[in-house]
Amino acid sequence: MAGPMKMRATLAGGYTDVRVLMTHPMTTEQQTKGQPHFIQNLTVKVNGKTVIEGEISQAVSRNPVFSFRLKGGAKGDQIEVSWLDNKGDTNKTETAVA
Amino acid sequence: MKRILACALLALAFTPAAAQEKSPFADYQRMTAEGSPVELFELGGEELWKKKQGPNSASLERCDLGQGPGVLKGAYAALPRYFKDVDRVMDLETRLLHCMTTLQGRSAAEAAKRVYGNADSPSEMEYLSAYIAAQSRGTKIAPGRSHPKELAAYELGRKLFFHRAGAWDFSCASCHGEDDKRIRMSELPVLSKPEFARPVMATWPAYRVSNSQFKTMQWRINDCYRQMRMPEPVFGSEATVAMNMFLTATAQGETYRGPGTKR
Repeated sequence: MAGPMKMRATLAGGYTDVRVLMTHPMTTEQQTKGQPHFIQNLTVKVNGKTVIEGEISQAVSRNPVFSFRLKGGAKGDQIEVSWLDNKGDTNKTETAVA
Repeated sequence: MKRILACALLALAFTPAAAQEKSPFADYQRMTAEGSPVELFELGGEELWKKKQGPNSASLERCDLGQGPGVLKGAYAALPRYFKDVDRVMDLETRLLHCMTTLQGRSAAEAAKRVYGNADSPSEMEYLSAYIAAQSRGTKIAPGRSHPKELAAYELGRKLFFHRAGAWDFSCASCHGEDDKRIRMSELPVLSKPEFARPVMATWPAYRVSNSQFKTMQWRINDCYRQMRMPEPVFGSEATVAMNMFLTATAQGETYRGPGTKR
């Protein structure tokens, strides 16, 4: 089952810095002899509107951390980050910009 | 700005002389610490702390880590210390085992069955250690140094640190006794000297990036004994707690800032 996620979103100088941690084994094809398990899609939404749709691969480490910067933003904006892995598991977390 | 400067000066004051020049080790440490998933282990630990378990179906929330039942703030930084109820010195992991048996009614063997986890499935001890140590961030390290048993533990730990034994006739000091030694990209701190012990003890327990695992202080001591080819010490034994006491007391006064991230 999907482990915990943790996210921080802070407004500074006209930008929103988002940092998100996720629990995932992120195993590769080679490690598992053909049964890889990794996050494939990453979606970032601000107030319900999709702003980033990312595709990542097996080349990302276990328990990945992503940080990115969004232009603008206001205190209280709802940021939602969700992921979908190659086995169909999914998880998401939500936080308000501080 | 003033605050930043003060912090920088403080950091300089506590950094071993070798690291003051542009140290590649410090850069490497900084880079590995970026993106550390330590907080995920803290979250997992909080869940376990509050989870009802064992025959008594009780959580650990009433566990007394030295500051009163359930008080976590600053508790880790004040360990190891003497506990009157068991009449011995305990460190965090030892005390947790005690609470698992007394509060949750689990057998000592069952509680200690899986103290070391792996990357796929970290142990209960590892999660709890991350969560509890994190509640001491910003607190000065101050283990118990007044009770006769605390003083005895310190003395025993100091003796063990320098005691040579085993197939290789090693002691802790064989690796951690001389300035400017390293293994690959890891400095070997002279742990009997406060200036080296301080930054180390302020950042254990820690997440290891090379194997994606969270490691407890008891594990650290156990693994040093393995590397010295000594018989395996018992988890939470008098000897390992004494060693922890010696190292922590040597680092006392440093502000705790873990759980850390290591190579």
